[in-house]
Amino acid sequence: MADALAVPVTTGRADRRRRLWRRFRRRPMPMAGLVLVAGFLLLALLGPLLTGDPSAQDYTATLAPPSGAHPLGTDDLGRDALARIAHGAQVSLQAGVLSTLLAMVIGIPIGLVAGFYRRWLDPVVMRLVDVTLAFPFLVFAVGLAAIIGPSLKGVVLALGFSQLPAVIRITRGEVLAIREMDYVAAAIADGATDRHILLRYVLPNCSSPLIVQATVAIPAAIIGESTLSFLGLGVQPPTPSWGVMLTTAQQYLDVAPWLAIWPGLMIALATLGFNLLGDGLRDVLDPRSGR
Amino acid sequence: MILEIDNLVKHYGQVRAVDGLSLSIGQGEVLGLVGESGSGKSTVGKCVLRLTEPTSGGIRLDGRDITHLSRRAMRPLRRDVHMVFQDPYSSLNPRFTIEQIVGEPLLHHGIASRREAGGRVAAMLEQVGLRPEMRSRFPHELSGGQRQRVGLARALILEPKLVVADEPVSALDVSVQASVLNLITDLQREMGFSCLFITHDLSVVEFLADRVAVMYLGKIVESGPTAQIFAEPRHPYTQALLSAAPVADPVRQRERRRIVLGGDVPSPVDPPAGCRFHTRCPLAYDACRTSEPALTDPRTSGHPVACHLVTADHVPDAAVNR
Amino acid sequence: MSLLEITDLTVDFDTEDGLVQAVRGISLELGEGEILALCGESGCGKSVTAMSVPRLLPPDTTRLSGSVKLDGRELTTLPESRMRQIRGKDVSVVFQEPMTSLNPSFTVGYQITEVLRRHEGLSRRAARDRAVELLELVGIPLPARRIKEYPHQLSGGMRQRVMIAIAVACSPRVLIADEPTTALDVTIQAGVLDVFRDLRDRLGTAVILITHDLGVVADIADRAVVMYAGRAVEQAPVTELFARPRHPYTLGLMNALPSAAVNGRLAEIPGMVPSPLTDPDECAFQARCTRAQDDCRRKRPQLEPQQPDDHLAACFHPGGQS
Repeated sequence: MADALAVPVTTGRADRRRRLWRRFRRRPMPMAGLVLVAGFLLLALLGPLLTGDPSAQDYTATLAPPSGAHPLGTDDLGRDALARIAHGAQVSLQAGVLSTLLAMVIGIPIGLVAGFYRRWLDPVVMRLVDVTLAFPFLVFAVGLAAIIGPSLKGVVLALGFSQLPAVIRITRGEVLAIREMDYVAAAIADGATDRHILLRYVLPNCSSPLIVQATVAIPAAIIGESTLSFLGLGVQPPTPSWGVMLTTAQQYLDVAPWLAIWPGLMIALATLGFNLLGDGLRDVLDPRSGR
Repeated sequence: MILEIDNLVKHYGQVRAVDGLSLSIGQGEVLGLVGESGSGKSTVGKCVLRLTEPTSGGIRLDGRDITHLSRRAMRPLRRDVHMVFQDPYSSLNPRFTIEQIVGEPLLHHGIASRREAGGRVAAMLEQVGLRPEMRSRFPHELSGGQRQRVGLARALILEPKLVVADEPVSALDVSVQASVLNLITDLQREMGFSCLFITHDLSVVEFLADRVAVMYLGKIVESGPTAQIFAEPRHPYTQALLSAAPVADPVRQRERRRIVLGGDVPSPVDPPAGCRFHTRCPLAYDACRTSEPALTDPRTSGHPVACHLVTADHVPDAAVNR
Repeated sequence: MSLLEITDLTVDFDTEDGLVQAVRGISLELGEGEILALCGESGCGKSVTAMSVPRLLPPDTTRLSGSVKLDGRELTTLPESRMRQIRGKDVSVVFQEPMTSLNPSFTVGYQITEVLRRHEGLSRRAARDRAVELLELVGIPLPARRIKEYPHQLSGGMRQRVMIAIAVACSPRVLIADEPTTALDVTIQAGVLDVFRDLRDRLGTAVILITHDLGVVADIADRAVVMYAGRAVEQAPVTELFARPRHPYTLGLMNALPSAAVNGRLAEIPGMVPSPLTDPDECAFQARCTRAQDDCRRKRPQLEPQQPDDHLAACFHPGGQS
C-alpha cells in the first residue's frame, strides 16, 4: 500500500504549509481548539482596550447580577466583572507565554547539549532533571514568593522552572533520535562544527514536538497562575487575575455565583482550547503521518 | 595507498563488529567490500570516516594516521574523504535546500562564501545530472534517485581522494539504480577518486569494483581482483554467496548448482572459535573448529584467502564435498 | 476454472493530493499449485493488487471495483465477518518484515496454535503437535524447542519461516507473499524460497509472489506478470518471458540489472513514472520508451496475446519476435 504513495509529489515549502493546514482544517476538534485559542488571544490583547477600568468601583451596584451596564455582573466592590475577566486574560496570557518562553529559552539549549554530548554531559543533566522533578512545585513557589514577594514575576519564574524538566527531556529525546540520522553523519563528514550541527541540523528538526509541548505548557501555566494567585502567592489584588477573582468569588458563592462561574469557565475554555489545538498539531506534525 | 587499514578492531560493548581487519585502497581504485547483515562492513566505513572511534588498530588516510584523531583535528582532513549513504531519505537535512546541502562542505572548509559557492554547486549539480532548478528544492520534493544524486554531489564537491559509499543503490528501484551506478562509474573515471564501495549485492560489485573483499563476522575471508573472485572464488563462504544470488535467467538459474548454507550467521557477541565460518561451512573439519585460519595468499596471485583448505595446490569446492 | 480470478480490478486511494489510482484495471488468473510472480518497481501497484484479494487495504480510503473470485466465489462483496474466516484459512499472507509481523509478547508456538485453534478448532494438544510439524515443514531445526521461544530469540530468516508456518497452518489455497525475502540475506533467501517451492510441491499451495527482484522471479515463479503504473504490461510463463521479453519496459528492467552491463555500462530507463493522479488515454510508458510512435500517444495498448499465445503484452510495437 505504501508503495502506491511513494511517487514524489512536487511541492514547495509554502505548499507544505498549505498541505498541513488542509490536513488540520479537516479535523473538527483541533479547529474548535484554534477558535477558542484565537478568542482567548483576542480577549487578552483587545479586551482591556475595549472594556473600562477593572478597578473602578461602583458602590451603587455591588454583587450585581449580569445586566446591560455590567454584562457579566459586578463583584463585592462593584467592579465590572467583564473588565476584570478581560484584564485577567491578559495576566493569564502573560503568565502562560512568558513562563513557557522562559522554560524554552533555558531548557532547549540544555537539552540540545545534553543529548548531543550524551557520554559526558547527559548523565549529569538528567540526574539534575530528576532532582528538579522530585521537588514539589508548590513548595518551590511558596519559597520563591517568600524571597521575591508574591507577584506576576514570581509566578512566571516558578512556572517557568517547573516546566524546565519537561522541555529538557523532550529536547534531549529528540536530539538522541536526530543525532542518529544520516544527515547528521553527513554534516560531520562535511566538516561542520558541532555548533553548526546543533543549530542548523538538530534544532530545526526537533521543533515539532516542542511546538506541541508549548500548547501543553501554556494552559498548564494558565491554571498554575490561577492556582498561585488563588492561594495568594501570585498576582496581588487589586490587579485582576482569574485566580484572584476566584478567591473573591469564594465568599459570595451563594449570593453571586456568577463571580465564580466566569473565571472558572474562562480557565476551562482557554485550557481546553490549547489542549485541542495541541492534539491537532501533534497529529499534523507527526512525521509518521507523512511529510 | 590512499587508504590503509591495519588490523582494525571496533567493539560496541560486547558486540565485536569488526575484529581484526586489514585492507588497502590505491589511487583511483574501487574496492568492493561485500558482506551480509552483521558482517561489520558498515562499521568499517564509519571508522574510515571517523564517525566512530576504532577500538584498536590503525587507519591511514593518504599516509596520515587518523585512527584516534579528535573531532577537531579530523575536521581539516575531511576535505579528502566523504561518504554516500544508503538511505536517500534520512541522509539529507529536510530543512535545507539542495543548494545548501551540496554547498555545506565548501562553507566548512572556508573554500567559498555562501554567495561564491553558488557557482560551484551549480556546476556540481550539473555533473551529477540534476537540472539547475533543483537548486531551490527541498529533499522531500525529490525522488529517491534524485536524492541519491544530491548525496553524490555533496560527497564529491570538494574533490575528495576517497569516497566511502555504503549501499548507495540498495534502496533504489532497478531502473533508477542503473542510472546511479552509471553515474558513479562516470564520475569515478572523470575525477579519479578512490572508492570503498560497501554492499551486500554481488552483481553491483562485479559491475564496478576493481577489487573485492568479502567479509564474514568482522573479518575478511577473501579478497582479490574482481574478475578472479567471480571466476574462481576460493573461500567456501564466497562460493556459497555467489551461488545463492539468483541470476535473472530461469534456464540458467534452475540448472545452477547451489550451496545452501545451514543455520544462521552466529552472533557477533560470541563468534565461534576457530574459523568463524565453521558452523555453516559444508567442508569444515576438525582443524576449522579449533584454529583460526589466517588470511594468506598461498598461491601468490594477489588473492588472499582465510581458509585451512586453500593450499598452494588445492582449492576447496563447497558444492561438491557435502 | 482457475483457483483465483481477478477481473478488471481497479483500486483508488483517497489522499490529500487527490485520488491515487494505484491499480487501473488488471485481470489475472492463478491456477492450483501455481507460483505467480507479480513484479515491477515501487508504486506499480503489485502489492495493492495482491492485497485486494484478502481485502487488507485501509477500508476508509480505498475505493475498489472489479471482481476477485476464489473458487468461483466473489470476495469483494462478502461481508467482513465472512472475509475474516477466509483470511488465514483460504488465503493467507506473508509480509516483508518478519520482525513487525510477529507479536513480540507471545511465543512462536502460541502464535501458530492460536490460528489452528481458531480456524480448525483443534484441541490445545493437537494444535501443539501440528505446530511442531509446521515448523519442521518450513525447515526450522529443533521445532519442539523453538515453539517455546519468543520472536526476538529468532534470527530474521527463522522469523520469516515462522511467518510462513503461520500462513500455511490451515493449508490455505492461496498464499500471498509480499517481498518475503527482501529483508533477508542472500544465503538465507535461497532457503526461504525453497520453502515456498516445497509447500507448492507437497501441499499444492498456489502462491502469489510479489517481488521487485527478477532473480527471484527467474528462480521460483512459473508465470510472471510485469506491472507498470497500475496495469499489467506483460504476462507470460517465466522461461518464455525471460527468453523473449516483448514489452520495452520488461526489456528495460532486464537490461538495467548490473549483471546485464554491456561494455561497463548499464541500460537506463530514462524519465520517471507518470503521476498516479491522472490517467490519459495513451501508453503509460510512452514518454520513456525508445519505440514510442504517434499511435502510442493516441491510444492505450491493451494486453493482447503474442506468439505463443500464452504470452501477453500491452504494446503496439512489441519486440523479441525472433
